[in-house]
Amino acid sequence: MVDIKHVFKKYNQKKVVDDVSLKIEKGTITSFIGPNGAGKSTLISMISRLIAKDDGEITIDGQDILQAKNKELAKKISILKQSNAINLKLTVKELVSFGRFPYSQGKLNKEDWEKVEEAIDYMELRDMQDKFLDELSGGQRQRAHIAMVIAQDTEYILLDEPLNNLDMRHSVSIMKTLRRLVNEMGKTIMIVIHDINFASCYSDNIVALKDGKIVKQGPTCDVIDKCVLKDIYDMDIDIKEIDNQRICVYF
Amino acid sequence: MDYKKKTIILAVIATLLTLLFVFYDLSGNIGYILPRRIIKVVAIILTGGAIAYSTTIFMTITNNRILTPSVLGLDSLYLLIQTVMIFLFGSRSLVMMSSKLNYVFSLGIMVLFALVLYRLLFRGEKNNVYFLLLVGMILGTFFGSFTSFMQVLIDPNEFMVAQDKMFASINNVNTDLVYLSIGMIVLITLYFMRFYKYLDVLALGKDDAINLGVPYDYVVKRLLIIVAVLISISTALVGPITFLGLLVVNLAYEFLKTFRHFYIIIGSMLISIIALIGGQFMIEKVFAFQTTVSVVINFVGGVYFIYLLLKENKSW
Repeated sequence: MVDIKHVFKKYNQKKVVDDVSLKIEKGTITSFIGPNGAGKSTLISMISRLIAKDDGEITIDGQDILQAKNKELAKKISILKQSNAINLKLTVKELVSFGRFPYSQGKLNKEDWEKVEEAIDYMELRDMQDKFLDELSGGQRQRAHIAMVIAQDTEYILLDEPLNNLDMRHSVSIMKTLRRLVNEMGKTIMIVIHDINFASCYSDNIVALKDGKIVKQGPTCDVIDKCVLKDIYDMDIDIKEIDNQRICVYF
Repeated sequence: MDYKKKTIILAVIATLLTLLFVFYDLSGNIGYILPRRIIKVVAIILTGGAIAYSTTIFMTITNNRILTPSVLGLDSLYLLIQTVMIFLFGSRSLVMMSSKLNYVFSLGIMVLFALVLYRLLFRGEKNNVYFLLLVGMILGTFFGSFTSFMQVLIDPNEFMVAQDKMFASINNVNTDLVYLSIGMIVLITLYFMRFYKYLDVLALGKDDAINLGVPYDYVVKRLLIIVAVLISISTALVGPITFLGLLVVNLAYEFLKTFRHFYIIIGSMLISIIALIGGQFMIEKVFAFQTTVSVVINFVGGVYFIYLLLKENKSW
């Protein structure tokens, strides 16, 4: 369980995350939604210790993330940020093998390579495993990065806008993969996402942020609600029920 | 042909050139010429190695392939230290001061400077890499101007001594320091071995490195000190050759086409040694000491730098 207690973050004088407390249950997908500048990415970066928090406490399975050893934490929690502009001559397989670094410190053994192979198969990257990253399309590159995170084999996976710049087909396939990771492998996934319909269809819980504060958190059906969404986005959003999925109509 | 074979080819070329340099046209008083040539070649290998090795690390830390450690202002600082010593104590004291003392003193100040710069750099949430470049460049320019200012004030005879200290080339390499440098480089390499495994991961960028469990701030700080020490060693030996690092590390990346730092470091060191020994050989035998190797390196490096800029520009 990830337990976030009274977390604050200021950039200069502006409060970006303002007294956020939150519990993330194991084996769920939690989506973080909210307008631009709501503090979603900052919050998720603090959970994954990419940036330091000003105040508060974040524990993962009862252990404070600042006290934990870097190496051990990297076996427990992983993050994929939205900008992945790596300008190295790396093949897909080599990138995925980096996911084993916390375990092998660069010297991969047989078990590590098995995990790499598994991750490549899981993301269906077998036929392009020896291609260089700069030869791939945006969607393929994103899949390669997700494969690296899968190879890292952490219980908790954080993704910062993984659907950015992807078309519908790739977006759906990535969300389905995440769902499978939760259902089949018992992972816990936290995801920052802009498209509220993707959040509505694929997540168990939703955390809605605005101006650094949590407006509403809870099961998806509670948050995808006309009044709540009006509160978050300041616009009237119609919600239609189609095949038991709540779809927001905001066009 | 894979990068392992290419590295071996580079090693063979470097060895052949070294042998050629030492044994070419060996006549006359061999007992006098041979030790002098050997010490020269050792100095070249040390300098070339240190420049290539530190530039590779620096490019990885900054995730940028058109930056060299000179942007940290370390070579300008070295020149400033020399000038201040001449300004305050006169050139005779510099001569009297053993070159070893001078070397240790300069090294200490440069490492201290790197530490202070680091303190400024990793404080708060600033975009560290760009902050580093900015502060380093400003301080480097400041040191440069201050150096020129002092040189204008000192006695012309003193200035000649300062000049001599500053534009050292391989023709008059400081042989006293060669043994000391070998020791320093062995020590720093032993220290570096602890951090070596992190380099490949650091090349992915800060976020990915932290994600994969690299103690980022700790490692980068240590690597920065290693870079500072290596740069001061090479500067003390031959003076600043900015473009050499840029040139050889990029050539190593282009030629070897791998991301593995083990091969990139070795490959860039070999290319560096090939360039320096080859260049020095040409200068001694073809140009008859009409120019120094740094002029040739800077010319070739400058052309290559423009090529890199144009290439980067096209890919945007």
